[in-house]
Amino acid sequence: MTPPAAREEIPITADEDVVRVRQAVRSYAQKAKLSLVDQTKLVTATSELARNTLTYGGGGTAVVEFLTEGRRSGVRASFQDDGPGIPDVDLALTDGWTSGRGMGLGLSGARRLVDEFTLDTGAGQGTTVTVVKWSR
Amino acid sequence: MTTGPEPTDNLAALLRAGTGALTRRWIELAAAPLRGRLTVAELERELTELFRALVAAVESGSRDLQSEPYAEVRALLSDMSRHRARSGFTPTETAVGVFTLKQALFELVDRAEIEGDLREVLAFSLLLDALGLLTFETYAKAREEVIDEQAEQLLELTTPVVKVWEGVLAVPLVGTLDSARTQVVMEKLLESLVGSGAEHAIIDITGVLAVDTQVAQHLLKTVMAARLMGAECTISGIRPHIAQTIVGLGIEFGDITTKATLADALRHALTRSGVTISSGRG
Repeated sequence: MTPPAAREEIPITADEDVVRVRQAVRSYAQKAKLSLVDQTKLVTATSELARNTLTYGGGGTAVVEFLTEGRRSGVRASFQDDGPGIPDVDLALTDGWTSGRGMGLGLSGARRLVDEFTLDTGAGQGTTVTVVKWSR
Repeated sequence: MTTGPEPTDNLAALLRAGTGALTRRWIELAAAPLRGRLTVAELERELTELFRALVAAVESGSRDLQSEPYAEVRALLSDMSRHRARSGFTPTETAVGVFTLKQALFELVDRAEIEGDLREVLAFSLLLDALGLLTFETYAKAREEVIDEQAEQLLELTTPVVKVWEGVLAVPLVGTLDSARTQVVMEKLLESLVGSGAEHAIIDITGVLAVDTQVAQHLLKTVMAARLMGAECTISGIRPHIAQTIVGLGIEFGDITTKATLADALRHALTRSGVTISSGRG
């Protein structure tokens, strides 16, 4: 396998794309030398976010990047869509609350699985979620 | 793809007159890149038939591959391309079957073995390009069909329900769990429960790379369905990093029994059904 580039953009329009995002994130996480637990956490978090982009955002784009800062390395993944946006962020981040048919843990769970989490959204503005996981 | 309804060339006459020489040279050229993977006799039969259909279509006067007179040519060519795709030929090896006819015609015209000028050659060239495209299209479509079939086979293949003990079934899950696969797993498991009368089912997720909320939700639904049918369901094969991730996500498996390994789950199922296991000393 060729080593992953420093940045990769993946369109999310179908279920298979969620799998592609997951595979890309996994290979970046391995490159960033994340532990197996952290790899799994990041992969799971991005899997949730990619599925949110698809299900609630009506599709969008994922960008996966390799980061270095001093001696540590990490992976940043951001998910952008032009969907309806999230009108009430606090409510959306409440465990067990869902506007769809899921478990209501995707967004809030993803936040707990990563080191940095930024959510940029508003009703009618689309949604951008960015997460970062650093090696220890 | 078309050159007007009224052809002003003698392509049909030319092809008919040169049938013998053209097909012979065509078969010769087309056979070379196939490296004996198709016998000359097979190729000869295919190409002679295709040539005959092509001449008949050209004689109709139309140069539009989509028009009625070309129906037989299209059918023959599609069959041929589909067969090639399924037999593992490359796209080039498949398309070469069409394009070598062009080469054969050019050669024969060049050596003045058959009568023909620029008009005929051009008309024929355009027609063969269209045929070549059709070949590619059919080839790609056939390949996609193969991939779809394989995906479906894989779906069946990767979800076996095995009997590990009297009254105990196990489903080892491998890879990515999506809605389609979970549906297959659930159906197979529930059917097997009815068929075997088993009272315990173990879903082993050792081979599942990541458990996210969708996978968890699918698992929970399967367990609930099995319970409704009176069977006790255990989830096993939860590895340390998966366990930590599940906790991080905040998923609760509630009162569903989970075990670290398939062996633990089996022991649990056996104990529940009253089987005692003793180490075989003495």
